[in-house]
Amino acid sequence: MTKESKNTVDSHGWVSTLFRRRETSLVLLIAVLTGLTDALNPRFLSPQSLKDLMLNVSIIALLVLGQTVIILMRQIDLSISSIVGITAFLSGDLFVSHPGIPGIGVVLIAVLAGFLLGTVNAALIAWGKIPALITTLGTLYIFRGANYAWVHGRQINATNVPGSFLAIGTSTFAGVPILTWIVLVLLILFSIGLRQYRAGREYYAIGSNPNAAILAGINVSRRVATGFILSGAIAGLAGALWLARFGTVDATAAEGIELTVITSTVVGGVAITGGVGTVFGAVLGALLLSVFSSTLVFLRVPSFWQQAFQGAMLLVAIAADAYLAYRYALRSRVRWSHV
Amino acid sequence: MSDTPTIELVDIYKSFGSTRVLEGVGLPLFRGEVHSLMGENGAGKSTLVKIMAGLHLPDKGAVRIGGQQVLFRSTAQAQQAGVSVIYQEPTLFRDLSVAENVFMHRQPKTSYGWIDYAEMNRVVSEHLRQLGVSLRPEDPVLGLSIADQQIVEIIKALTFDAKVLIMDEPTAALSLEEVKRLFQVVERLRAKGVAIMFVSHRLEEVFAISQRITVMRDGRVVGSGPMKEWTTEEVIRKMVGRSLEALYPKEKVEPGKVVLRVRGLRRAGVFRDISFEVRQGEIVGLAGLVGAGRSEVARAIFGIDPLDNGEVFIGERTLAKHTPQAAMAAGIGLVPEDRQQQGLVMEMAVVRNATLTVLHNVQRLGLVSKEKEREIAARWTQRMQLKGHIDEPANILSGGNQQKVVLAKWLATQPKLLIVDEPTRGVDVGAKSEVHRTLSQLAKDGLAIIMISSDLPEIMGMADRVLVMHEGKLTAELSRSEATEEAIMYAATGQVSSQGERKSKLPVTDNHDKGI
Repeated sequence: MTKESKNTVDSHGWVSTLFRRRETSLVLLIAVLTGLTDALNPRFLSPQSLKDLMLNVSIIALLVLGQTVIILMRQIDLSISSIVGITAFLSGDLFVSHPGIPGIGVVLIAVLAGFLLGTVNAALIAWGKIPALITTLGTLYIFRGANYAWVHGRQINATNVPGSFLAIGTSTFAGVPILTWIVLVLLILFSIGLRQYRAGREYYAIGSNPNAAILAGINVSRRVATGFILSGAIAGLAGALWLARFGTVDATAAEGIELTVITSTVVGGVAITGGVGTVFGAVLGALLLSVFSSTLVFLRVPSFWQQAFQGAMLLVAIAADAYLAYRYALRSRVRWSHV
Repeated sequence: MSDTPTIELVDIYKSFGSTRVLEGVGLPLFRGEVHSLMGENGAGKSTLVKIMAGLHLPDKGAVRIGGQQVLFRSTAQAQQAGVSVIYQEPTLFRDLSVAENVFMHRQPKTSYGWIDYAEMNRVVSEHLRQLGVSLRPEDPVLGLSIADQQIVEIIKALTFDAKVLIMDEPTAALSLEEVKRLFQVVERLRAKGVAIMFVSHRLEEVFAISQRITVMRDGRVVGSGPMKEWTTEEVIRKMVGRSLEALYPKEKVEPGKVVLRVRGLRRAGVFRDISFEVRQGEIVGLAGLVGAGRSEVARAIFGIDPLDNGEVFIGERTLAKHTPQAAMAAGIGLVPEDRQQQGLVMEMAVVRNATLTVLHNVQRLGLVSKEKEREIAARWTQRMQLKGHIDEPANILSGGNQQKVVLAKWLATQPKLLIVDEPTRGVDVGAKSEVHRTLSQLAKDGLAIIMISSDLPEIMGMADRVLVMHEGKLTAELSRSEATEEAIMYAATGQVSSQGERKSKLPVTDNHDKGI
């Protein structure tokens, strides 16, 4: 990592400065918010509520990883919540219909199912050339509808799921839930993948300028397809972990979380226009939103306000991006006039 | 030079739908030679470039590299075969760094498979140093000038070890200095043995740099041969199929009453002491280097930019208010320099564009009347001899025809004075002379015209009188007979230029506007 840090020191580039600034300001915001709430209600930083916070943010943060890859390409994946719903119930159903099946086997099957559903999106978008917004809006409903039909009013209960599997969502290692560790490891892998591998940079390239990406010899369709397949597989994993976290799953599991995930990603500095952002920032975005809702709960703010605050934060984040871009444009014009 | 071309196109045919774009085109590029490809817009040059770049497959015909037949199904295949293309508009990732742009899709890797950013930045800064450019490899492309972006493209080609470098109008957006720098780089590459294809509209550049010229017209090669066999006149004749004299069809007109008189116009830091008049039927050329303040004067007269001092008279009366609405009501029209940004709504049909200035005339009961709209649009576009249907969107028209639509739009207001800013920039030779013929005809019908142009032959060919600006001041007023290239350049450079080396023999085709 010495190379990486040297790079950061050498780099005077505005983009990297902005990234630093966005991530720094997210961390600061989270710290201030936490400090304030703790001052008003000391229970906010109790070990139990910290653990709850981490558990709450983990699955969103996991989905944010996949969504970051998608949004970097100037695409969007709305169908993730339905994939999570299907794979969460599938995981539970596997334990019911095949008692004694190893947990890891269930996780792998859930990931595979997510992979296949992601492939449906990928095929329609990359080769069918249907815009991602339309495709994934369609599959959001189709996958959920299929889920309702298949589940047919059944429900998975914690008693159907082995304790060892539920432990993923309850036990901790070094004070941090296992679930959170899984997400942290994936965060690091994604971060390295997007920064240190050609494939990772190509996601940025496609979002930054799709034409230039073609001219650079990138197989854009294939790269876009891998993104949606990856997002699907991540959602599959999130489905299995959803079961481990909540134990109870019916056909409505994870409904509506796609918007929380997208909001987190954008608040975390991944430009909705593609090409800019990091998974690290996006996960901080998820954490900020999560801390914010906990704060509102601790301050006894009625729950319907939470959504309004979430929306406001999204707009503030986008406005901040626009403002910084504007300031940069001014600065560069000044620089030009002195050339 | 060897006898086998580095790359050769043999008998290439290509159609898009029913439109035949290339018909049996052959073109060899030799090692260590700059081969210029010339032709009007629509002659098929870009399609040819795209075939060599691997973006299009030919319908018939072959591409040979070192005598071996190849088939480029993708840009990656063309690049691997050593063919690099630099497009007119740089195609870069603005969110990524200079170095990343150069190495996208083929970044160097460390021994454990990660991208080697240090090596990437080292190679790029080495190239930047050699080209004498003060950029850093870590700089984001966002915010770079077009010239700097082109440098990034060139470094990209250099790192490919390109055997063939195709440059599609690379100088269109560059200043004189930047063109010189580019030509030095091209010369160095040529000396290294690269086969270079140079596509350009600018004759003087082509003659300054090439060893071989090929001229295309209507999808065919109409002439090809070594540099020494060509003259400027011959190239133009082949390109347009007629001679140079026909290019500036200025008709003799006796000027009438004064239409516009401006006195002591000043805008702090931009221009000062601007006084002149324009008469009926007169074309007044406004010459000067880019950044001299010509467009700014035009914008101020039209009421877009504020004035600190000075008066604008239309006929005998001063302008009531200093706004574009007042200027239009008084009979002034302004055809801006940037058609695509300021002159046209590109997605809208020609008929809509042409009547935008006169919406109040095409209304019936407060709603736009289609018949009136069509009637007005048809009248003026026919007058302009517009090629293409008025129901087509503006963006599918050629540059010359787009300019005619902008002219039609302003003529529909039936102005007394028309200010045209760079009327033929980016327009091919054939369409250029049609725009000139139109302007000349309008002047003959009594319209007063101010023509801002950086194209000296255009100024000399079209204007009855030439005003020259230098750094915000009028430095000369020349009659048609006095307006020689030397006299204009002399005044445009302010007689004693502080940057003596900028007084180059290359005419003022300085398209660069970032310094304004």
